Amino acid sequence: MVKTLSAESPGLAVGLRRSYGDSNLNPDGRVIDMTGVDRIISFDRRNGVMRAEAGLCLSQALQVLVPAGWFLPTTPGTRFVTLGGAVANDVHGKNHHAAGAFGASVTRLKLLRTDGAAQEITTGDPLFHATVGGLGLTGLIAWVEFRATPIPSAYLDGEDTSFTRVEDYFDIAAEKKNSFEHTMAWIDCSTKGAKLGRGIFSSANWAPYGDLAPHLEQPRRNVPLDAPDFTLNALTVRAFNSVRHELKRMRHGPYHTHYDPFLYPLDGIAQWNRLYGAKGFYQYQCVLPPATARGGVTELLKTIVASGQGSPLAVLKDFGPNLPAGMLSFPMEGTTLALDFRNQGERTLRLMADLDRIVAEAGGRLYPAKDGRMPAEMFQAGFPKWQDFRAYVDPGLSSAFWRRVAG
Amino acid sequence: MDGSLGYAPVQEDIKHAHTSNRVIILGALSAIATAAARIYAREGAALVLVARNEARLLALAADLCARGAANVAVVAMDLEAEAPNAGKHIEAWKTQLGGIDHIHLVYGYLGSQPEASASPAELSRIVTSNFTSAVHWCEAAANLLRRQKHGALVAVSSVAGDRGRQSNYAYGAAKGGLALYVQGIAHSLAGTGARAVAVKPGFVDTPMTDGLKKGGPMWASADQIGKELRRAADRGGPIQYAPGKWRIVMAIIRAVPAFVFHKTKL
Repeated sequence: MVKTLSAESPGLAVGLRRSYGDSNLNPDGRVIDMTGVDRIISFDRRNGVMRAEAGLCLSQALQVLVPAGWFLPTTPGTRFVTLGGAVANDVHGKNHHAAGAFGASVTRLKLLRTDGAAQEITTGDPLFHATVGGLGLTGLIAWVEFRATPIPSAYLDGEDTSFTRVEDYFDIAAEKKNSFEHTMAWIDCSTKGAKLGRGIFSSANWAPYGDLAPHLEQPRRNVPLDAPDFTLNALTVRAFNSVRHELKRMRHGPYHTHYDPFLYPLDGIAQWNRLYGAKGFYQYQCVLPPATARGGVTELLKTIVASGQGSPLAVLKDFGPNLPAGMLSFPMEGTTLALDFRNQGERTLRLMADLDRIVAEAGGRLYPAKDGRMPAEMFQAGFPKWQDFRAYVDPGLSSAFWRRVAG
Repeated sequence: MDGSLGYAPVQEDIKHAHTSNRVIILGALSAIATAAARIYAREGAALVLVARNEARLLALAADLCARGAANVAVVAMDLEAEAPNAGKHIEAWKTQLGGIDHIHLVYGYLGSQPEASASPAELSRIVTSNFTSAVHWCEAAANLLRRQKHGALVAVSSVAGDRGRQSNYAYGAAKGGLALYVQGIAHSLAGTGARAVAVKPGFVDTPMTDGLKKGGPMWASADQIGKELRRAADRGGPIQYAPGKWRIVMAIIRAVPAFVFHKTKL
């Protein structure tokens, strides 16, 4: 199957397709759905090393890891991601400042190239560092071996701190990063002036008490239909954010929660993307280096507020200084801001082009997994190793994203 | 994305029932069988997996052990060829497992109706795989269940067995016959404490149906049907549609008069 792909008709392996843009698309070419390739090859309950086929869903991996007292080394905000996808996007989570991105815990993987070669590769091997964060372009990932992290319980002890200005975020983040494994902040993008970037800072550690029950597999709620277009307009976003802010402010203080609602809030609602209506939405996630983060994030928020296109979910998080494992890994030391915008056509694209300029000036970059439109220059400036990476791309593999940014 | 708003932090219902079932799966490499086997594995069951390809069976066994199975044995066997010896094999596995609680018969062969109409070999293969060999395994299982007076036989039939249609009547007749056979076994087991169930899935996204156009509300995943098989071993009547809405759909399809039905291309 893999060997039938060639430079003339390149293919692409895809998993659960949770990347928001076109890095998982290959129009006019073939895609290989890896989700059926999901066997666990081995799991050592004593040292937490799991080796599993690339199509294994992180949700399934957790069903096995958690009861044995282990957790994923890091996890994105959804557990409906395959292991192969987690490697190919070098995904990060709320514990990045403590654990690095997913690739940092990958000990070994097997790569199938379209010329028929099959290689086991490990840290130190240049092909390994091309494959981690390599967007599935260096070969088909057959299996992945990673080191899980031990947990005392399936629960987290967390606390919420509200802040009224985005500047305060940076002080809180600096203060909490040494005492909390999981941190992130939710920011309201609809308030201006003195309240610009009010938000809630969440921080948590694994709780020392509680059982090791994994999450329920059934989503708690479902969105059966696309919402009508008026559902998420600037007004409703503002109302939603205000209510949310007030509710969270009221419960300011410590809490004890299962990992599922804390780490995967949206997985509780099946097909939540339909809330954005049939036209859908754009994600925009950038990271700015520490030197420019304060000014850059404030500038980004001001631009969004001025545009009147509120982002219902805006998340800030500080990445730690761990060196990325992949040549194209998105995380680097600094602050990341993730936004989503309802698709309002030209208007939204213009706003994102304005944001691009701020990010580029600040020396930041955008997350390929969340991008469907960044210009090639933006990608190439943000990922200076892209030329080196190019040498490791399997000529039999390609994606719409790659053709767009590396042409 | 914050983690706490709107969720009660109550997760008490999420522990999985732990059972010590001893389970035989015939045709263990089918996508539906694998899904069912993973549920048993998480419950801590002991399994015997039977199918043709030993290498793939061993890979599945490792997966099931990692997912919590108490132990997994694999048997590489041509189930059609070995059907006449079904009783002997089941006795051997019973000894190996120290008893049998559930037997799932999941193997089958969809085949092609036009080919079956043209080639006696294809027609024989469809009927042998889905009916002739299958009933031998079912009967052997039934003999065991009648003797021990507990446990369950679950055989995978199909909604195709509910009405003869031009597109797959060989497969449909064989699967329909299998359901009747299992229904008879269920009758013979009535009151013993043991049970038999024919599960009739509708469209399922598995390698077996790769030739068909998939997607839409009538298609189920192998995982969904795997859950139905697991549940059928514990409760429900002798004929179970999977998912349940197919009972209504098929009742309607059976009720359509021939002069209307014959105008369709189904």
